[in-house]
Amino acid sequence: MNLSCPIPLTNYPRVLLAHGGGGTLMRGLIDVMFSAAFGDLGLQTDTDAALFPPTEGGLALTTDSFVVHPLFFPGGDIGRLAIHGTVNDLATVGAVNGRLTCSFILEEGLPMEDLWRVVRSMAEAAREAGVAIVTGDTKVVDRGHGHGIYINTAGVGEVRHGLDLSPKSIRAGDVMVVNGDIGRHGVAIVAQREGLDFETVIETDSAPLNGLVAAWLAAGIRVRCLRDITRGGLAAVLHELAGAGGLAYHLVEAQVPVREDVMSVCELLGFDPLHIACEGRMLAVVAAEDADRAVTVAQTEAVGEGATVIGTVIERDVVPVTMRSRSGASRVVSMLSGEPLPRIC
Amino acid sequence: MKFVDEYRNASEVQRIADVIHRVATQPWTMMEICGGQTHAIARFGLEELLPPGIELVHGPGCPVCVTPIEKIDLAVEIALLPNTIVCSYGDMLRVPGSRKDLLSAKSEGARVQAVYSPLDAVKLAEDNPDRQVVFFAVGFETTAPANALAVYTAKQRGLKNFSVLMAHVLVPPAMEALLSAPDNRVQAFLAAGHVCTIMGLSEYEVLVDRYRIPVVVTGFEPVDILLGVLGCLRQLEEGRAELENAYERVVQPEGNETARRMMYEVFAVGDREWRGMGVIPLSGLQLNEAYAEFDAESRFTLSERCEPLPTPCIAGQILRGLKKPHECPVFGTNCNPEHPLGAPMVSSEGACAAYYSYRRVSP
Repeated sequence: MNLSCPIPLTNYPRVLLAHGGGGTLMRGLIDVMFSAAFGDLGLQTDTDAALFPPTEGGLALTTDSFVVHPLFFPGGDIGRLAIHGTVNDLATVGAVNGRLTCSFILEEGLPMEDLWRVVRSMAEAAREAGVAIVTGDTKVVDRGHGHGIYINTAGVGEVRHGLDLSPKSIRAGDVMVVNGDIGRHGVAIVAQREGLDFETVIETDSAPLNGLVAAWLAAGIRVRCLRDITRGGLAAVLHELAGAGGLAYHLVEAQVPVREDVMSVCELLGFDPLHIACEGRMLAVVAAEDADRAVTVAQTEAVGEGATVIGTVIERDVVPVTMRSRSGASRVVSMLSGEPLPRIC
Repeated sequence: MKFVDEYRNASEVQRIADVIHRVATQPWTMMEICGGQTHAIARFGLEELLPPGIELVHGPGCPVCVTPIEKIDLAVEIALLPNTIVCSYGDMLRVPGSRKDLLSAKSEGARVQAVYSPLDAVKLAEDNPDRQVVFFAVGFETTAPANALAVYTAKQRGLKNFSVLMAHVLVPPAMEALLSAPDNRVQAFLAAGHVCTIMGLSEYEVLVDRYRIPVVVTGFEPVDILLGVLGCLRQLEEGRAELENAYERVVQPEGNETARRMMYEVFAVGDREWRGMGVIPLSGLQLNEAYAEFDAESRFTLSERCEPLPTPCIAGQILRGLKKPHECPVFGTNCNPEHPLGAPMVSSEGACAAYYSYRRVSP
């Protein structure tokens, strides 16, 4: 792919309202930029709807919108996130052969170079994840009415495994596994957004998880349920599962991986890493006998190098989510209320 | 993580807890002053490790929680005026006033911004010369020097569009108010380590002598807090009442003189109302005469005082250590962090919010 922006910058250094107006400028954007980036990823520009041959098994459909600010942050950008988010939602139901749509809402005045950077990075992320980008849409809103770029991606995938990966498959005694350290994405964004300087740059954990899930299923791991850990962090995921299934979830703090630099930021700002978003982390609830193997299989994948067991599913007493702290006592893990805001002291 | 892991070490925590069990021969009630300590006690489940007779009651040490409702109403009103920016530390933004909080005002178009340092507020004023920037200055002695520095800097730079809404409180007068109340049941204090980092120890000598009560300056990690408890316990069991420093790695007896100099360059001590506790004499900081022009309350006045809605909340008794959060009839039901009815539920440092987050026994 040509790495320089294919829209002649001297003509259009910034996005104009007309780039979403349906006329020649919009056609130019599709033909020159989107086709250049997504052409070999299955983009269908001849029809208004993408067409697929019949599939075996069931279909999974998901949609997600991305409004992250800033658009570019250490280790990623809104484009990569928009691909990973939808790929990972499909991965939670074990869907394969993902085909994505991509809708842009652009703000008038957005530097064309920024759009090109995002589009290129989406193409790269889709290629890495092995998914297609089959159709899309572009709208431009007046300057001041958007944050540069908003992206919606929807995705369909094929479900061929015949398993029920919903919370009702979970049993007391099952074990929780994550594929790596938690909280890095949220902290990377906060640090960038607020201009906090630390000794090391904390990069997002954003990554596609479909390969990891495929590896688990191929190895015959008895996976009960999968959830990608995003907004609200691990705590929110566990509360959702508890709410859906009537069981309780018990973490062991010493086993929940949090990188030291992420922990430092959390300590400094008064955040609980259990409440911080990730973009490349999967919680897998697996049968206890398969837990060690789930970890070993994950560790053969790049996104699973840090995989580990973090706790167990237990019969519900009163409290849905608890954690054995490092100092030996148990505590309640609550869902975040509101936005995570730094404490004053 | 250095300076954290060693103070959360499970075997060290258990060792100190064992000593506490051996030393305790009878029930005692002690109060940790600071909301940061309350938060850590709940987060690390430290009460579970204590003998049944040793009761920790939680003090009024959450400056965000005790900020009077009229100040929050004024901040909301200022934020909703055209050409203003109200900024503060994150916690303060969701504390409910009598009708709404600052984040709701933001959703109605107000410019409300979280800052991480008070100097960011000064920069905001420099970057927005056409707007009045009001910094909601809240905190104990710990944050006072930095907030004072912001005002000092604004004066040096001749900023006319910067002011502060003062909500600063002081710890020793609140301790004295608790001790002199007829229904006081606190027998020893875990003093707030970070406050002492600035102020030093001398103010507490006075309290120890006047009220014959043990005071142990305490840190914020599990090992620190248990050492504070042990220090109090030993004094109580031996019938002593002394000032002890169990946080020597941070707190110097003389405190931080440079920081105090900056604080008194800009601020003066005055009477202050504490939400849930009433007016406590000489318990707050206000701008002194030389800096009076930076007082947001002289630039803006509250148009209408709203009577707070009646509530069964027992915040006053909780803040004075008379009751525990779960003894409140509305705790965790009608009152929760999304819909707080009283001061200790509004900030994550408040006792009710800490109980709600970490210790709630029913879902």
